Amino acid sequence: MTQWIAACETDDVDPEDVIPFEHAGNAYAVYRSPDDAFFATDGYCTHERELLCDGLVLGGTIECPKHNGRFDYTSGKALGAPVLVDVRTYATKVEDGTVYIEVP
Amino acid sequence: MGRERLERYDLAGPENRAAVEAGLAGATWFRSAVPRKRMKELMRRTDGPAIRDTAIWIGLMVVCAGAGIALWGTWWAVPFFLVYGVLYGSASDSRWHEAGHGTAFKTRWLDEAVYQLASFMMMRDPTTWRWSHTRHHTDTLIVGRDPEIQAMRPARLAKLLANFVGLVDVPLAFRTMAIHAAGRLTAEEADYVPESERPKVYRTARISLAVYAVTIAAAIGFGTWLPVVLIGGPRIYGTFMHIVYGLTQHAGMGENVLDHRLNTRTVRMCRVNRFLYWNMNFHVEHHMFPMVPYHRLPELHEEIKHDCAPVYPSLWAAYKEIVPAVLRQMKDQDHHVKRELLPGATPFHIPNELTDGRARPLAAAASDPTAA
Repeated sequence: MTQWIAACETDDVDPEDVIPFEHAGNAYAVYRSPDDAFFATDGYCTHERELLCDGLVLGGTIECPKHNGRFDYTSGKALGAPVLVDVRTYATKVEDGTVYIEVP
Repeated sequence: MGRERLERYDLAGPENRAAVEAGLAGATWFRSAVPRKRMKELMRRTDGPAIRDTAIWIGLMVVCAGAGIALWGTWWAVPFFLVYGVLYGSASDSRWHEAGHGTAFKTRWLDEAVYQLASFMMMRDPTTWRWSHTRHHTDTLIVGRDPEIQAMRPARLAKLLANFVGLVDVPLAFRTMAIHAAGRLTAEEADYVPESERPKVYRTARISLAVYAVTIAAAIGFGTWLPVVLIGGPRIYGTFMHIVYGLTQHAGMGENVLDHRLNTRTVRMCRVNRFLYWNMNFHVEHHMFPMVPYHRLPELHEEIKHDCAPVYPSLWAAYKEIVPAVLRQMKDQDHHVKRELLPGATPFHIPNELTDGRARPLAAAASDPTAA
């Protein structure tokens, strides 16, 4: 059973940036791509417990702030060492300026 | 005492698990507060500075090698090969480091190309060393976890001194290459290199050994040392500056402290040294924010210097501290450099038995690394 949760307003995230979001004790990262699409992933890097929201968004990738591992945040795919495990992604939608993510 | 303590650095030994159980592995480290907007500016990638610096680096090597070859057999070749050797055997260390982090260039393949080239020049496997350095950043100077501690307690002085001319590192590099070429890792490497990455290690070792074999064959075939002076040799006769720079990073500092302000040095250096070392003299800044490219580190330093311990004004000042500290650690393994943060600097945690810098045996310490 999944549910749509309001994560933030669209203006809360700059284009090509990421912000943190917490729900039910879980950390998420909410991304705004350079072309204004919104995406969401787990909040932590799959390599070590490091918050991705402190990292750098480069086009369609997020770079972890600790070891520079990169993920494609649109698909969650790990793009090379030291990240070898994909990060989980969540569906998003925007309604009336609010970004929702679909969480379990 | 000394031998027992040295054994604790073994990643394949019991200290590794003890550090994990004590909460020292993968722990939360101090980071200064830098506004997100400013941090994004500092992290922003660009190709320009690294392309310029790489062109100068490779260009100088080509010019010096050309002059050295032209003057081969005369003493006039010596200064050219000295410069070539330092650019090859010392400056490639910082290129390896920065390109390995993936921050030097904006274009990914440029980082990867420089990383592969510099890894070969430093005689480091690009895959195992990527993972080794990853661990170094996760567990900086955590005994039993960090594979890149240069000056242990007690320091292996003979090894440190011999490595100014690569006399330990180079034979070890060839031994490791042979192990990799045979399809195996060392026990320490097996602790941090995932299974899926290992085939790359074996392939690279075979290619590297083939290059060195051709180099040696050319030297024998043509009856001249020139091929070895150009390829591989600089890791011996030109490597001293990378040791000079590298020892300033952490030698003599506190172990198991979970705060890079207390176990890492930032040292002011002249433009030539900063070019050779690619600004890694801003080492506290680099460890605290590894995503900031080398060419933005001076700006990052300005952002956080109020939050750190005083910067070392010169290499000389750093070595005035390092040499006595390392020598004293030969007899007193509790001794370490104690850094005092500037007034007003953000406190992190009150050091306890685990994190006070002495790195006493973990079995005797408490289980919470941040408890007062």
